[in-house]
Amino acid sequence: MMDYKEIIAQYDGKAGGIIEAYHALLREFSYLPEEAIAEAARVFKLSTAEAYGIATFYSMFSVEARGKNVVRICESAPCHVAGAADVVAALERELGIKMGESTADGKFALEFTECVGQCQATPVITINGKPYLDVSPAQIPAIIAEYK
Amino acid sequence: MAEEMRIVLRNYGKIDPLKIDDYLAQGGYKSLEKARAMNTADLIAEVKKSNLRGRGGAGFNCGMKWSFAAGAQADQKYVICNADEGEPGTYKDRLIMENDPHTLIEGMAICAYAIGATQGYIYLRGEYPFLVSTLNTAINQAKEKGLVKDFDIEVRSGAGAYVCGEETALIESIEGKRGEPRFKPPYPPSEGLWSKPTIVNNVETFANIPVIVEKGADWYASIGNPAYPGTKVFTLTGDINNRTFFEVPTNATIREIVFQFGGGIPGDKKFKAVQIGGTSGAFIPDALLDTPVAFDSMSAIGATLGSGATFVIDESRDIVDVATRIAGFFEHESCGKCAPCREGTARTAELMEKINEGRGSNKDVAVLEKLGTVMSYSCLCGLGQAAPAPVLTTIKHFKADYEAKFV
Repeated sequence: MMDYKEIIAQYDGKAGGIIEAYHALLREFSYLPEEAIAEAARVFKLSTAEAYGIATFYSMFSVEARGKNVVRICESAPCHVAGAADVVAALERELGIKMGESTADGKFALEFTECVGQCQATPVITINGKPYLDVSPAQIPAIIAEYK
Repeated sequence: MAEEMRIVLRNYGKIDPLKIDDYLAQGGYKSLEKARAMNTADLIAEVKKSNLRGRGGAGFNCGMKWSFAAGAQADQKYVICNADEGEPGTYKDRLIMENDPHTLIEGMAICAYAIGATQGYIYLRGEYPFLVSTLNTAINQAKEKGLVKDFDIEVRSGAGAYVCGEETALIESIEGKRGEPRFKPPYPPSEGLWSKPTIVNNVETFANIPVIVEKGADWYASIGNPAYPGTKVFTLTGDINNRTFFEVPTNATIREIVFQFGGGIPGDKKFKAVQIGGTSGAFIPDALLDTPVAFDSMSAIGATLGSGATFVIDESRDIVDVATRIAGFFEHESCGKCAPCREGTARTAELMEKINEGRGSNKDVAVLEKLGTVMSYSCLCGLGQAAPAPVLTTIKHFKADYEAKFV
């Protein structure tokens, strides 16, 4: 596992590069640890408060530890009418957690997202950014199994 | 009967997006060559004459915007492609980038030449991580072939903030900050990215440019509605038989989009409403279906063309519930910078939930109307200004649905 300092160093010198650095940190750690935010502040010459403010602004970033595989279900209007609520119930059942929580083994986090731009195939979930289309509650166990 | 016409999607299904030779075989990059042989003032005049208006939703004359940046004096200028595509119901820009990334690159390069920019950015929404390598492959291929001289393009990812579709919030995000919109003026063409003259255009807008340069302004201006010519990609979703996309001239009507291209409502249910333009669009009832989709005709009925997202709902849908979910969206996406939006979206969501859960009354509707009206003129950016539209238009056209839920 790469050290967070090494990850951030790759973006040193890139104007406005803190967001790209945060994305790289997410790929490794699944969230933004406090030490990493402080390091990013140092490298990009921001206050820790500013760096923290950037981390907490964007919905894809998390400053709290969460499950490694981030499962998101779209709750925007087109997915909402297509039956997202039933898929939510299936996800909560399959993972044994509620929306917004992570599994005890640290493998999965369950979150809402707003529209991910796959509205031709609602309802939609994403896992680590990869879209799954036309998702029915029945498909959830098999989809989750891919990541177990 | 209206017919599809593919300009921005002209290469859809015909080329391998990862092979520049396919794009070249379709005549790709000839327009850039032609543009670079033109005097920049003439090039900009041609784009202006085509009357191409921005396809992201704001509909500003593209050539006119470029002329402002061209006229600005600066040691550095930027071209930014707004690929943030956050508008629920919209997936047109993804279709263009997935299938024909070079049309975007060529369009950006033509703009860069026109305004004197040497650096470009594609701000790609964080929800499309699978397109980062597609875009980078295309950029590298164009560079390697020496087709895009004196212009470098970098892809930057968004991170899940709808407000970053607003051009100044997007610029703030590229600068590595919270994506909060700026006060305008100054506008980006005079002071944008790192305070330099910057053109921000939507993916679909740039995708039109190579064809306009190739076939000329007069050809483009003669297609569709004269005040908003050319074609528009519509992406259909919701209760519609053909949940897919179409590119049509801008004089098509809403009825044609929904019933002809869209194939009507599944299960023989009746049409209830269509929300066009995205989640801040007006809900349009049956009586207004014969409205042409062009920017100005939509404004005339209190609606927007916006992104061209077309979200249809049938008679079985609880429209108050849909509007409530949308109010929740705006509360979530408000950046928090300006009080009328930060507080207004929260109160709108709270009142909608109250009504949706059967605890509301006419008084709450009256407050929502007043609040929405005030937000439309006091919010700093388009997010807050447009957020009330779904609530206000459903109250206007579907009052009975609200009344049915009153205490």
